[in-house]
Amino acid sequence: MKAITELTGTAVPYLVDNVDTDQIIPARFLFRSRAKGFSDVLFHDIRFDGNGHPQDDFILNDPIYSNVRFLVGGQNFGCGSSREHAVWALLDYGIRCVIAPSFGDIFFTNALKNGLLALVFEKPSYTELVSRTYKRPLEPLNLNLPRQTLESPGGLKFTFSIDPVVKDRLIKGLGDIDVTLGYKNKIERFEKEYEASCYWLFSQSHQS
Amino acid sequence: MGSSGKTLIDKVWDAHTITTGEGGDALLFVDRHLVHDGSFQAFEQLVAEQRTVRRPDCTISTVDHYVPTAGGRSGFVDKDLEQMVLSLEESSRTWNITHFGLGDQHQGIVHVIGPELGITQPGILIVCGDSHTSTHGALGAFSFGIGSSEVAHVLATQTLWQKRPKTMRVNVNGTLPIGVTSKDLALYIISKIGASGATGHAIEYTGDAIADLSMEARMTLCNMAIEAGSKTAIVPPDSKTFKYLHGRPFSPRGQAWHDAVSYWETLKSDADAPYDHSINFEATEVAPTVTWGTSPQDAVAVTGRIPNPDDEPDQKRREHIRQALAYMNLVPNAPMTEVAVDRVFIGSCTNSRVEDLEAAARVAKGRKAVVPALVVPGSQAVKRLAEAKGLDKIFLQAGFEWRDPGCSMCVAMNGLDVVPAGQRCASTSNRNFVGRQGRGARTHLMSPAMAAAAAICGHITDVRDITWN
Repeated sequence: MKAITELTGTAVPYLVDNVDTDQIIPARFLFRSRAKGFSDVLFHDIRFDGNGHPQDDFILNDPIYSNVRFLVGGQNFGCGSSREHAVWALLDYGIRCVIAPSFGDIFFTNALKNGLLALVFEKPSYTELVSRTYKRPLEPLNLNLPRQTLESPGGLKFTFSIDPVVKDRLIKGLGDIDVTLGYKNKIERFEKEYEASCYWLFSQSHQS
Repeated sequence: MGSSGKTLIDKVWDAHTITTGEGGDALLFVDRHLVHDGSFQAFEQLVAEQRTVRRPDCTISTVDHYVPTAGGRSGFVDKDLEQMVLSLEESSRTWNITHFGLGDQHQGIVHVIGPELGITQPGILIVCGDSHTSTHGALGAFSFGIGSSEVAHVLATQTLWQKRPKTMRVNVNGTLPIGVTSKDLALYIISKIGASGATGHAIEYTGDAIADLSMEARMTLCNMAIEAGSKTAIVPPDSKTFKYLHGRPFSPRGQAWHDAVSYWETLKSDADAPYDHSINFEATEVAPTVTWGTSPQDAVAVTGRIPNPDDEPDQKRREHIRQALAYMNLVPNAPMTEVAVDRVFIGSCTNSRVEDLEAAARVAKGRKAVVPALVVPGSQAVKRLAEAKGLDKIFLQAGFEWRDPGCSMCVAMNGLDVVPAGQRCASTSNRNFVGRQGRGARTHLMSPAMAAAAAICGHITDVRDITWN
């Protein structure tokens, strides 16, 4: 995971509610290896027509938003399928932060595991941010993760909340498997006790 | 003084908590990890990071997302998709994971085989890299879907860091009317609370209407909880649950069975358990329910009409209705029963079990489908049992296709079972998202009997208006 402390760039407003992960990346592109990247298929069926030409009415195709780092989404962003490819596609495209009033649970977790900042903004901050991204689309935002602030040169300043453990991991760019394996003794102690009490889950092979 | 009791969800949660981290997240022990052919990126990560599968004995794999539903191993549309299935076979072999591959007697949709093999048991924690893992809550398990990074984490550690969800009690009183199924109830509830109505929560279903449901009907109900944003859903295990599990291949046997049941009988919420939210519904108010839009919350009674955006006071909602109707090519105010369909899909982890197929067959028997209709049993075991009951013959005589188990046209990932652009599909699956069943495909969610009725009539039909055999 790529570490993230500061992030500067423009934001695209995509305020549709309930944007599901099938929209973010259609299922027929999921078979690719992670190494191949998913940038070209982000929002594929909304972004391109049946012949692969960009759709004029899709906001990411507006040249103003050609180099965005932030996406401001609607309610329940990333609901639906658990496909982590939705997060990979956003990251591969260059988006490092999604701000929305609420997220699909699995998407939210997937995002933070990969260094895609998923931030919940409530009103009135959310409304203020939305109107700014429409009025001054070229003005970059600056996010400072250690200070938990999002600012613009125009004088907007928001503070946001984030789980302290997740924040620490993001800043250091650490995955959590090694952290967990550090609890090996506790895990093994738990397993010993648990397997003694619910022994039927561990003591027999299945019958065909 | 607040109440001191605990909910079932909290009890199962506490029983699996190894430790609590600095941020308050719990490190949970995972009893069973179900892996499917869409999970290969997690194995890629495992190999790249030079890790091993810590508990292959707690891991079970099968193929469902990419498998063809005809032609077996020679049925793949191309090498890329075949590779997904081969890759899981290889990973399972490498890591010594019990694998039910293509052609195996136990192969099937992961959320169908878990319960039917007795892998799913009350009080255990189950995860799977698939959002419909909530299905297993029907047996009193705590089960939820995870992404690829978490799949890798479970493979490597057999644990997961999780924030305790809020609890929501959804109580359903009364009896579902004749012709109304748990699929209708699920769509009805989602239409009332919304696609994000249970976000951040885990649902516990209670009430006589829930207790009355068969085990398979409970699975359908819990399966759809994610469509309301819920992390999972759970039904308190009861004698029906124990009877269902008795004698299944992975169920405890002998003395172990009795010890397990003694424990399972304790798995219920205390009378004074506090929930963060509680909602009540009356089963008698539920009708056969169908979706008209592009979110599972866009559902109405089959006797209802397509909504008119002009009647909607909320601006955002009005815009959603407008866009959904444009995508679905539907006219405001038209009766649902006048919507003609181009094809029908009966299957998916929501509705592909024997009872689902029986319900559809009762409608299809002695009639003829007037549009292409696909029936895809959820597992090899379902297929065998359905054939033993003669359901395959009923479907074939009625002009329906009878296929091999897999996710098929619900997720349209095998390259073959896809709804063509612009076509309208009456489907027993779980998602009517834009493009879910294929680019430009239009999906109407409904119960198996309703889908069969749509196949017979060529349009959305109130199943209560036709006689069943």
